[in-house]
Amino acid sequence: MDLDPVLLARLQFAFTVTFHIIFPSFTIGLSAYIATLGALWVRSGEERYHELMRFWTRIFAVSFAMGVVSGLVLSYQFGTNWSRFSLVVGNVVGPLIGYEVLTAFFLEATFLGVLLFGFNKVPPWLYVLSAAIVAIGTAMSAFWILSANSWMQSPAGYELKDGIAYPIDWLAVIFNPTFPYRFAHMLNAAYLTTGFVVLAVGARYLLAGRHIEAGRTMLRMAIGLTAVLAPLQLVIGDQHGLDTLKYQPIKIAAMEAHWDGTKPGAFHIFAWPDEKTETNRYALSIPNASSLVLTHRLHGLFTGLKSVPPSDRPPVAIVFFAFRIMLALGFFMIGAALFGAFLWWRGSLFETRWYLQIMAHTWWVGFVAVMAGWITTESGRQPWIVEKILRTADASSPVIGASIAVTLVLFVLAYGVVFSFGIYYINRLIDRGPEGPSETPRHLAGAPISAAHGGGGLLQRR
Amino acid sequence: MEWYLPVIWASLIGTAVAMYVILDGFDLGVGILFPFACSESERDQMMASVAPFWDGNETWLVLGGGGLFVAFPLAYSVIMPALYLPVIVMLLALVFRGVAFEFRTVSRSKTWLNFAFSIGSGLAAFAQGVILGGLIQGIKVADDAYAGGALDWATPFAFLSGLAMIFGYGLLGATWLTLKTEGPVAERARGQAKVLLLAVLAFMGAVSLWTPLTEPRIAARWFSLPNFYFLWPVPAVTALVAFACWRWIGERREAPPFLAAIALFLLGYLGLVISNFPYLVPPNLTIWDTAATPASQIFMLLGTLVLLPMILGYVAFVYWLFRGKVREGESYH
Repeated sequence: MDLDPVLLARLQFAFTVTFHIIFPSFTIGLSAYIATLGALWVRSGEERYHELMRFWTRIFAVSFAMGVVSGLVLSYQFGTNWSRFSLVVGNVVGPLIGYEVLTAFFLEATFLGVLLFGFNKVPPWLYVLSAAIVAIGTAMSAFWILSANSWMQSPAGYELKDGIAYPIDWLAVIFNPTFPYRFAHMLNAAYLTTGFVVLAVGARYLLAGRHIEAGRTMLRMAIGLTAVLAPLQLVIGDQHGLDTLKYQPIKIAAMEAHWDGTKPGAFHIFAWPDEKTETNRYALSIPNASSLVLTHRLHGLFTGLKSVPPSDRPPVAIVFFAFRIMLALGFFMIGAALFGAFLWWRGSLFETRWYLQIMAHTWWVGFVAVMAGWITTESGRQPWIVEKILRTADASSPVIGASIAVTLVLFVLAYGVVFSFGIYYINRLIDRGPEGPSETPRHLAGAPISAAHGGGGLLQRR
Repeated sequence: MEWYLPVIWASLIGTAVAMYVILDGFDLGVGILFPFACSESERDQMMASVAPFWDGNETWLVLGGGGLFVAFPLAYSVIMPALYLPVIVMLLALVFRGVAFEFRTVSRSKTWLNFAFSIGSGLAAFAQGVILGGLIQGIKVADDAYAGGALDWATPFAFLSGLAMIFGYGLLGATWLTLKTEGPVAERARGQAKVLLLAVLAFMGAVSLWTPLTEPRIAARWFSLPNFYFLWPVPAVTALVAFACWRWIGERREAPPFLAAIALFLLGYLGLVISNFPYLVPPNLTIWDTAATPASQIFMLLGTLVLLPMILGYVAFVYWLFRGKVREGESYH
């Protein structure tokens, strides 16, 4: 069979990593939320915080399991699909992954056991501490993974000998130039993503007239959080962009579909980048806007795509559109969070049904924005797997296309089943609600009906 | 030069793999024994005995794979493509059984999830055995890369070793259940443990005969003098431990059979190490051929020396916290 192993390996990795990122985006934020609820419970002694904590912990358990098993797959794919990559940069990237396992993975996996099953066995402070440790573990996990990924974007602190990278300065490797921005951007994205899920669940309860008090608490906490973090994300993203312009100018050129570096860049609200003619078709643009954002001058110049041969350019359309999706959702989140804060200030947050309707249906915005952001940055690095060190085409394993094709199909089927069930079960947990076990039977009895109705199916509507 | 660094790393990764095999071994084993349970409440009890631990147990597999990537990138980049299909099958199997743990608590109809849990556990065990067998048989290497075909691993020996792993994990699982449960579940596990112990001994015997007969380097390692004088205690102790395990199961002891099953695993593991050291990718690449640059090994080692004792500490704490029996009807979550 004549199957291109590199293309298949890329498809397979793109699929498994995109699937995986959904769960960390949620669990990093959710674990922090659970720990916050725990701290409030211990400090105030109010049972409603404890109920909410138990409720979100049940949902956390299902999401975390999917995150763990899909992450396990990735740690082996570096070898199965990208063995040349492992060989060329293993000396540098390997220890970063190793530290992730040692500092984070064990911590979160072990204390999750206490969080899920230890409630009757440990004093409340230790129970809440376990939640905090899980939250810290997930954030540290993000630290190392983002460090490794950023090193692939802006390698530093290494030397090349016979085509193999060797570390010289570990601090320079870990804190490579794009890492601080990327880490802040992702961590904030994870908290935002969770904020919008909590917001949606709270809105859904208020609309349905069930779990009113829990729903109000969720709404207040989520809006308080996102009204700060959503605008902050714009600032971090802007700084991240300026940093990328310095280290990966071609990626920025692709994000803006900016072909000609001798002219100031316009911001294209919409365009169809045509790689053959090296122009944009159907462009709807704001003249000089990109120059203004990126150089802070109206007529400032930045590198265009034409400055490098086509073989050194990323796939422009993918990067261009993914970036726009992320941006649009980012602005939606800012608007929604600030408007929610405005309603809260006016005292009509819980009564403005049209707003709650919208928010109840936009739990997915954070997830899609995270995925679009990762597609932007990962496709934007192409044709390099490690910027200027190793091309993706030279990084794959000596495995035949048929093997990769078969396992790709298996991954799609397996993840499809797991994901559908995961969503279904999370939806059921949300439907069951946060109230104590004594009330469970009543909700259970009502569950089949409300789950079947559209109004109950928050997460089904994808 | 720094000849000792790869040795330290090989022992660390060896320890991680041993930890994995023992810890995830018993929870995979519980999955393998799942179909033999008689009722949903028995299955709940079995699940509850491993539920707080499985996640942490599986992390040792990430450490084993990650450690190989960190300390021996060449070995990692040769072994993974060579054993591509069994590795991916193992990962997918672990995906299914892992999510089955959490989904099962939420689901009303448990039939499919029971199925996913036991098939996933069995398949993961089988794939791990195949990986081990494929590695022992040797991997073709040319120019620092895998040079064989997609199905080179698929040999009778690898399948034998896959089956052996199912029975071996089954034994760990059965003795774990006698320790952690009571009533009919523990009673049935005792009977299963006896059968599984005999099967494991048969598999160990088969591997001990098969490998020296087919691999001259392994025969030379064990049966040349003076090696034999130093190595004969390994099979002798194995026989003693097996006998003790059998007695302890019969005497209805709780912890000793599980500990003896662990000891059996460690002895088998020791035997494999003796057969293959210093090869990491037999019969071509040694631990020194495949080691990462000393700078990377040292950087990682410093952290490991600090962090590994901490990890062992809190893992031990969680096992201590969830000590004692899981009673019938005691449900999960």
